Amino acid sequence: MELICPAGTPSSLRTAVDAGADAVYCGFRNETNARNFPGLNFSPEELVEGVAYAHRHGAKVLVAINTFPRAGALELWRKAVDDAVAAGADALILCDIGLMAYTAETYPDIRLHVSVQAAAANPDAIRFYVERFNAKRVVLPRVLSVPEIAAITRATTCEVEVFVFGGLCVMAEGRCSLSSYATGLSPNMNGVCSPASHVAYEEASGTVTSRLGGFTINKFGKGEPAAYPTLCKGRFKTELSTGYIFEDPVSLDAATLLPGLRDAGVKALKIEGRQRSRAYIENVVRSFREALSALEEGRTIPAGMLLSMSEGQSNTLGAYRKTWR
Amino acid sequence: MTTLHAPVVAFPPFVSAALRPLPLHPLQFFLSAVLRRIVRQHPRMFERLGHYAGKRYGLAPSDLPFGFVLDTAPVGPGIAVVRSLPAGLDATISGPLQALLGMASGAYDGDALFFSRTIVVEGDIEAVLALRNAIDDAGVDILREGTALLGPLGRLGEALLRHQRRGDTGAGNRKRQGASSWN
Repeated sequence: MELICPAGTPSSLRTAVDAGADAVYCGFRNETNARNFPGLNFSPEELVEGVAYAHRHGAKVLVAINTFPRAGALELWRKAVDDAVAAGADALILCDIGLMAYTAETYPDIRLHVSVQAAAANPDAIRFYVERFNAKRVVLPRVLSVPEIAAITRATTCEVEVFVFGGLCVMAEGRCSLSSYATGLSPNMNGVCSPASHVAYEEASGTVTSRLGGFTINKFGKGEPAAYPTLCKGRFKTELSTGYIFEDPVSLDAATLLPGLRDAGVKALKIEGRQRSRAYIENVVRSFREALSALEEGRTIPAGMLLSMSEGQSNTLGAYRKTWR
Repeated sequence: MTTLHAPVVAFPPFVSAALRPLPLHPLQFFLSAVLRRIVRQHPRMFERLGHYAGKRYGLAPSDLPFGFVLDTAPVGPGIAVVRSLPAGLDATISGPLQALLGMASGAYDGDALFFSRTIVVEGDIEAVLALRNAIDDAGVDILREGTALLGPLGRLGEALLRHQRRGDTGAGNRKRQGASSWN
C-alpha cells in the first residue's frame, strides 16, 4: 500500500519525502484547495521545485484542487489545473465534476483522483467518475467500515485510498454547512473550515474558551486537552445533556487496522494534516512507514504511538469499526 | 531537522527568580542581532507572511520573568524584551520557553502543543497561523542562529543545550515502498 502524506509548505514536502512518503499531496496558495490557511501552501514556482525534489527522491506529488469553483470565477480553478500540470504533478485530486471535465478534456494524460470532498461513497458514484472522467483513484469518505470498503473495492476497478491518521471529518464531506453557518466561509467553497479569521480563544484562570464566529463552542478546564475550534467538535448544552453532540475531539489512528485495510483491497493510505508542522509530518510519516514495514514482515503493529500529535490527545478507529451499531 | 517526543520541560521557578533582577538591555541587543541574522538568511519567510507582515506579536515564556514583542514590519523588523507585554498587540503566544523555541525550530508541532495545553494563543489567530507557518517553512533554528553569533563558546553552549533534550529522534531518508509506476 502506498503512503500518501500531507505538505502545507515546501519545507514540509521535503520532510515528508525524507521520512518515507510514497507520494505527497499539496495545494496552491488560494481558495482552490481545502486547506487555504494563512502562511500555507505553494506558489506555482514552489510547486515546480517541490515536484523536482520529490521526483529526485523517488516520490510522487499529487495536487489537491479540491474545492468547488464559484459561478463566474472558473478561471482561478482552471489556472490551478494548468499550473499543476505544467509543474509536472503526478496526479490531480479533484472534487468538482465541471473541473474534472475540463481536466479530462484538456489534459487527457494527467492522472485524476477523486477527492474525499466529492463524497463518493458507493460503487455507482465511483463508476460514474471512472467512466465519465477516467478517474484512476477515489479517496473514500471517512464514514465507511472496513467491510463496506471491501465491498466497494470488489465492485469497482478504481483504486481506493483511505485516511489512516489525522483530523476526522464525519460529515458528508463537500456538503457540510456547519462552518458556513457560523462564519459564512466553508471548506467546500473557500477552502477553510472554521477559518482562523473567525476564531477567538480566551484564557482565564486556566480555562480556555474557544469561539467561532461569535458562538462559544467549547470551554476546556485546567489541564483538559484542547481541540480544533470546529462546530462539529463543539461541546453543547441540550435538554438531554451537555457534551459532544456530533463527535468527540479525537484524531483518527487506523495503524492497527492496516492488515484489514490491505485485505479489503485498499491501494493507498492517506495521512491528514496539511495545516500541521514539519514536526507532525516527520513523526506521523515515519510512524506509518514503520507500521507498513511491520505489516510487510508480519510483525505486530504498535497502537497509540502518535497520541501526542492527536487532537484532544486521544485517538479513535472512527467509522472503520462502528462499535455503536 | 530533529523532532522531539519528550514532553516540554519548564525552567524551575528559581531560574525565573535569579533572572528577574538582571537588566534587559544586553539580551535585547543580542536578540536584535539574532533577528537581523535570521531575516538576512531567510528572506522568503516574509514573502510567506504575506499581508500579515507588520503584525506585532507578544511572546510570553511562562517560565521566565520577561517577554518579547516581535514586530514583523517588512522594513525593519524588530524585537523588544519587556518585563510585561504591552496592550495593543495583534496576538500573543505563551508557554514554556522550550515550547516556544521548539515550535519555531520545527522540533515541536504547534497544534500538538495547543491540544496538550502547553501553549496558549490569543488575539488574531490568522496572524498567529501565518507566523507559525512562515517560520516552520523557513526552517529557522533560533538556537543555532543565536549561538552562531557567539563563536566557539556559542557552539559549545548549543551542543550542551541539545544534549539536554531527551527523545531526539533524528531524521533521514526512510525506506519507500518502491517507485511504483502509475498508468
